[in-house]
Amino acid sequence: MQDNRGYIKGISGSVVTSTCFANTSIYEVVYVGSERLLGEVVRVRRDVADIQVYEDTTGLQIGDHTIFTGELLSMKLAPGLLGQVLDGIGRPLERLGKKSPYISRGTHIDAVDDSEKWYFIPRLQRGDDVGPGDILGEVEEKGIKHFIMAPLDFRGKDNTISWMAPKGEYVVDDVICKIGETTVKMFQRWNIRTPRKVGRKLDLDKPLLTGTRILDVFFPLALGGTAVIPGGFGTGKTVTQQSIARWANADIVIYIGCGERGNEMTEVLEEFPSLTDVRRGIPLMDRMILIANTSNMPVAAREASIYLGMTIAEYYRDMGYNVAIIADSISRWAEALREISGRLEEMPGEEGYPAYLASRLARYYERAGNVVPLGSPQRNGSISVINAISPPGGDFSEPVTQSGLRLSGCFWALDKGLATKRHFPSINWAQSYSLYHENLDRYFTREISEDWVPLREFVFNILHDGKSLQEMVQIVGRDGLTEEEKWILKLSELINIFYLQQNAFDPNDAYCDSGRQLVMLNTLKLLDEQIRGALNSGVLFEQIDSQFAFVADLMKLRSQNTEDYENSLTSYIKKLKEELSDLI
Amino acid sequence: MKLLKEGYKTVEKIAGPLLFVSKVARGGIGEIVKIESNFGEDYGQILQIVDDLCVIQVFGETMGLAPNNTVVWLERDVVKIPLGIALQGRILNGRAMPIDGEGPISCIEKWAPIQGNAINPWRRKSPHEFIETGISTIDLMNTLVKGQKLPIFTGSGLPADKLAAQIVKYARTPATSADSSPFMVVFAALGITQREASYFREAFRESGAIYRGVFFFNLAGDPSIERILTPRMALTVAEYFAFEKGYDVLVVLTDMLHYCEALREISSAREEIPGRRGFPSYMYSDLASIYERAGCISGIKGSITQIPIVTMPDDDLTHPVPDLTGYITEGQIVMDRELHGKGIYPPIDVLSSLSRLMNKGIGEGSTVPEHRALSDQLYAAYGRFKDLVRLKTIIGEEGLTPTEMSYLSFGEKFESEFVNQGERRRSLDETLEHAWNCLLTLPKDELHRLPVNLIDEVMLKRGTKA
Ligand SMILES: Nc1ncnc2c1ncn2[C@@H]1O[C@H](COP(=O)(O)OP(=O)(O)O)[C@@H](O)[C@H]1O
Ligand SMILES: [Mg+2]
Repeated sequence: MQDNRGYIKGISGSVVTSTCFANTSIYEVVYVGSERLLGEVVRVRRDVADIQVYEDTTGLQIGDHTIFTGELLSMKLAPGLLGQVLDGIGRPLERLGKKSPYISRGTHIDAVDDSEKWYFIPRLQRGDDVGPGDILGEVEEKGIKHFIMAPLDFRGKDNTISWMAPKGEYVVDDVICKIGETTVKMFQRWNIRTPRKVGRKLDLDKPLLTGTRILDVFFPLALGGTAVIPGGFGTGKTVTQQSIARWANADIVIYIGCGERGNEMTEVLEEFPSLTDVRRGIPLMDRMILIANTSNMPVAAREASIYLGMTIAEYYRDMGYNVAIIADSISRWAEALREISGRLEEMPGEEGYPAYLASRLARYYERAGNVVPLGSPQRNGSISVINAISPPGGDFSEPVTQSGLRLSGCFWALDKGLATKRHFPSINWAQSYSLYHENLDRYFTREISEDWVPLREFVFNILHDGKSLQEMVQIVGRDGLTEEEKWILKLSELINIFYLQQNAFDPNDAYCDSGRQLVMLNTLKLLDEQIRGALNSGVLFEQIDSQFAFVADLMKLRSQNTEDYENSLTSYIKKLKEELSDLI
Repeated sequence: MKLLKEGYKTVEKIAGPLLFVSKVARGGIGEIVKIESNFGEDYGQILQIVDDLCVIQVFGETMGLAPNNTVVWLERDVVKIPLGIALQGRILNGRAMPIDGEGPISCIEKWAPIQGNAINPWRRKSPHEFIETGISTIDLMNTLVKGQKLPIFTGSGLPADKLAAQIVKYARTPATSADSSPFMVVFAALGITQREASYFREAFRESGAIYRGVFFFNLAGDPSIERILTPRMALTVAEYFAFEKGYDVLVVLTDMLHYCEALREISSAREEIPGRRGFPSYMYSDLASIYERAGCISGIKGSITQIPIVTMPDDDLTHPVPDLTGYITEGQIVMDRELHGKGIYPPIDVLSSLSRLMNKGIGEGSTVPEHRALSDQLYAAYGRFKDLVRLKTIIGEEGLTPTEMSYLSFGEKFESEFVNQGERRRSLDETLEHAWNCLLTLPKDELHRLPVNLIDEVMLKRGTKA
């Protein structure tokens, strides 16, 4: 060990400069100072290395020792991760929190508890041949099957199982299998900056359903796709992401609080354990892993946190699960990158971000996808990426938003104006888009209804027409409007209130499944047909408008559960028809 | 007590608030140094070290310092502040020296670093206890809860000081039960004027807060770099009283704009790449290290609630200081020049204001069950009113429908009665009363965010009353 010791030559914020060695490599893990703060080499020059330190550097002195480990920053992947809350470098905050309410320095413990026992059931036996990623056996972790896989980098000469552990209880450090001479334990270590290899990539043909109407209908995300949610403060990034974490049809959710509020993490920790997954009936927390590197925690760990999350996501994807990875917010990650780059005195690019911002972002977004993982039996897993973006001043022209636009398939643009009016979710339908429509329309038509696409187009067209009429009224007033145009204006207002607005805190409306969404779309269509019929028979819009309380009626419909809803809808339309015919 | 002191006469360069000292043996990052010159003594802190060259930020003035008349003494310690119950009622300057003529701080229990530690998110407890501020627009529509950080965004000349003092004076938690925590104020003035300072002092004396609180005054004329210390000292004191002595502490920091300007001054002296409007690009993290010190901790009594005051230069909400603040804090109360111009006090623009933690502190068991619905309804109606005011200027009143006209009268009533409460404290019941007064100017069908039976009930009650 002695020869791997350097000493500190300079300190600037979270970046420490140290003497180093000919074999010091980039991203090598270094322990810094007497408290052994964790750091990573981010630049090597002849005989000095710049190290980003993942913990508070206060008190470090020139001359303090650095220990170069020769290893890359890795994560111990094993059963026991689900339901945990980790910091940006993978330390278990619950176990740390039991010792002190404050984040302590220099403590390095793995997230998985190595004393916890797991009931292992082998799937293969002695004499079977195995390759990288093959499923050797399984344990049950929080209600899901956690597959123990042959390491991806397994490259033994002899690939025949020479020994397999019998069924029974094991800790993660126990050997459960021998392939030739190689021992395999229940855990794998994986370097967080390297994507895990996969078999092949598949098309994205299934939606990640969120239960949020405007997203599922107008701007759907595919399982394995990428979405960004940019918006100024208070526009609803966090609420939208938390609501996706709650309701989405993903098997596993990795939620990364990247440089945001501590209390928002606490909120998830307090609420999710008592909420149930609508599909599997397990506590929501059991399908989650929370990575909390809040705004006041060390900035370099913010940089690492998204890679940590992605590595865990890939691990569960490789077992054949659909994983959603949600980062709030990727802007804070980019700022961490910028801060470290500044300390290294690198040449700044746009808005002070380093020139490699876009390529780093691209590499992150590219780790999403729908894949066949390596190994047998053949399985299908996906990673969907959902990133919040916090543009300064809410201005979307800045580099992180622009890269997000380029790299992602869904753009869910939040609108300050809507948020100010308390129109939630304040997603601007005119600005947002999804590139997955073509693939997913087939799914919706097949699985939900043939009417899905036509109904969506009907509603979308009304919104567009309503918007241009609104703009016209703002200039010339309402005098020139035809009866039909007056109705379109009204209907688009109704669509906004009844369909687009969805209160994430209303227990009856926070989650809306596709079936219900279809009924609601249908409601609007039927309503439109009735009114147009009456207008065509010469009834004036004013007569209709003064007689009916559309908003109140629709809201009453919406407040019912789905079965009652369909019945009430039929009688509502029938009644409407009668009353309209009285007017004619 | 160290008998041997390390002093250096090797000042190489003085630039703005920075000293560059060479040949320092084993300098430590964040360590404090004493600077001696012909002009007396001052303190500084090591910001950056390259080999044996230390960059030191000086908390006082560097004027008069010269490389050959300055000695820098390493204290081998970080910046610390004395803590003890005896701090209550004391008035200190921006670096915690008493300025109230009451002598030095006695009975010091311990010294603590002012840097503070990040609270482990797993140990936080969500703030959820309603604080009644006595201000309608806050209590009903932007509810403050214990442990929240809720800034006031203001413009020059708008009465943010008055509002802050009013909140300090009236804030109370409804359940003042036997085991509820004692309440106190920690106040930090950051570069405010003598006039503003004496306003606060007077207001605190009048409300009695002065006897229980701890007050830090860094005024406009005081060294600006000292402002980097002041909020951290105030928060260290607040943490002591909250998490060690069980107090509910309300921290008022005013004005965070001046704090950020001090940050900018250091950054530019360090020749760092400037971010938006010259503020350093790490300002978000720096501000977070202050604001995130609010909160509640599970298993520990006491709480820290923060009300920072932030001036928006040119009333610009997208200016980096209010912008980054808004990204970190749990909402914001926004002062509006137009309302102020109409003589409305407090001139709070509810539409741009927000309390993110509101839902946790309201409803059944805390306030009234219909709290959320009432607030949503007021928002929706007031938002509609704002749209219609704009439309009216284009198409005139003749073009508006009767329903739309009722929104105009709603909006006027809302501003002139509900918002415009003056300096009086309003109980939550009074606030609710005013809210209904406004809402009932609208046709019943328009109140679709409220449960129908509730509207009927209220109308009935009022009908019989009249
Ligand atoms: N879907 C929603 N339903 C109800 N309220 C919402 C919704 N989205 C946002 N809000 C409101 O807006 C506030 C800010 O939302 P948040 O997601 O925290 O914003 P951001 O993360 O963009 O700063 C929330 O506290 C909540 O009051
Ligand atoms: Mg947020």
